[in-house]
Amino acid sequence: MALPPLDSPQWNSSWLAFGWGLRSVTQTILTLVLFATYLGIGALAHDTHFSLLWALCSTLFVWAGPAQIILITTLGSGATIIQSAIAVTVSAIRLFPMVVSVLPLMRTPTTKRRELFFAAHLTAVTLWVECHRFLPLVPRERRIAFVNGLGFGLVSVCLTANTVGYFLAANLTQTLGAAILMLTPLSFLFSTARNSREAADVVALALGVLLYPLAAKMNSGVDILVSGLAAGTIAYGVHWWREVRA
Amino acid sequence: MSYAQLIGDWQALVVLFVAGVVPNQIWRMLGLWFGGGIDEGSELLVWVRAVATAILAGVIAQIVVEPPGALASVPDTLRYGAVGAGLIAFLLTRRSIFAGVVTGEVFMLAGKWWLG
Repeated sequence: MALPPLDSPQWNSSWLAFGWGLRSVTQTILTLVLFATYLGIGALAHDTHFSLLWALCSTLFVWAGPAQIILITTLGSGATIIQSAIAVTVSAIRLFPMVVSVLPLMRTPTTKRRELFFAAHLTAVTLWVECHRFLPLVPRERRIAFVNGLGFGLVSVCLTANTVGYFLAANLTQTLGAAILMLTPLSFLFSTARNSREAADVVALALGVLLYPLAAKMNSGVDILVSGLAAGTIAYGVHWWREVRA
Repeated sequence: MSYAQLIGDWQALVVLFVAGVVPNQIWRMLGLWFGGGIDEGSELLVWVRAVATAILAGVIAQIVVEPPGALASVPDTLRYGAVGAGLIAFLLTRRSIFAGVVTGEVFMLAGKWWLG
């Protein structure tokens, strides 16, 4: 499937653009990765004794794989609500620069902030990657509708995966369950690495992985924040050294 | 599986919103609110993005180092090896996400099968 040319009448209405966004779900391998990841989240929710409705609500309203896994595992291991909330919010800081960099791709001079609400909600690593790939092929005034369609499609795929994973969990072998859970770190690692544009991004990613086990030894409850701030600031230093100072 | 099991209780949904939805969503809404006023190339945003990437890297590392659920049944060396094997495939294929993920998974499953 190829998107119609920018001047095609296929882009004449927002609903048509929504439809093209929806159909674009079939055009990316990340849809498969998301399906498998959310199969795993459904299974994890089942094993941690959350209800199916709870799992579906978390996908619908949180819509961020790492945050959902952190929420389920921390609450499941007996952490307090405050501890879970801190762990979730730390993992979600990345959504801020992501939203800031994605929204200008679909904004026009007349766009109102509330028109971007769903696009902001749907922004997560997959949508962020796909926006940079697809949006140059979509007329600017139809981009919000396109992104809403794409996001709606991805959420639907993940809700289905959650349900399948939830019912499979009881019958899943331990090995298959482990393989599904392993998809999340692998897919996040490689999709972030793929989108690294400059040396500082690579340094942030690599140091972030390597410093975490050290920070975890402190057992502070905000280990990820500590290693992230340290690795991110060093990476910024590399950027400053190469770009700003030069 | 009973009907009640699938719906659960409302307290759990309140916990979901307080511990999950609000702490996560606040960053997206801040991005929506302040995004218009921030220059995408500004130095502050470069730093925020670097820290955010490093935090995501920490989340990835945490799942591998302190594995949740069934993943804990896989020995440490196999999990680290899977990430390493996937990374090599990713680099050899000129950054194919698919090749990296599949290689990592195959490495882990083959190792698990070989260890019995």
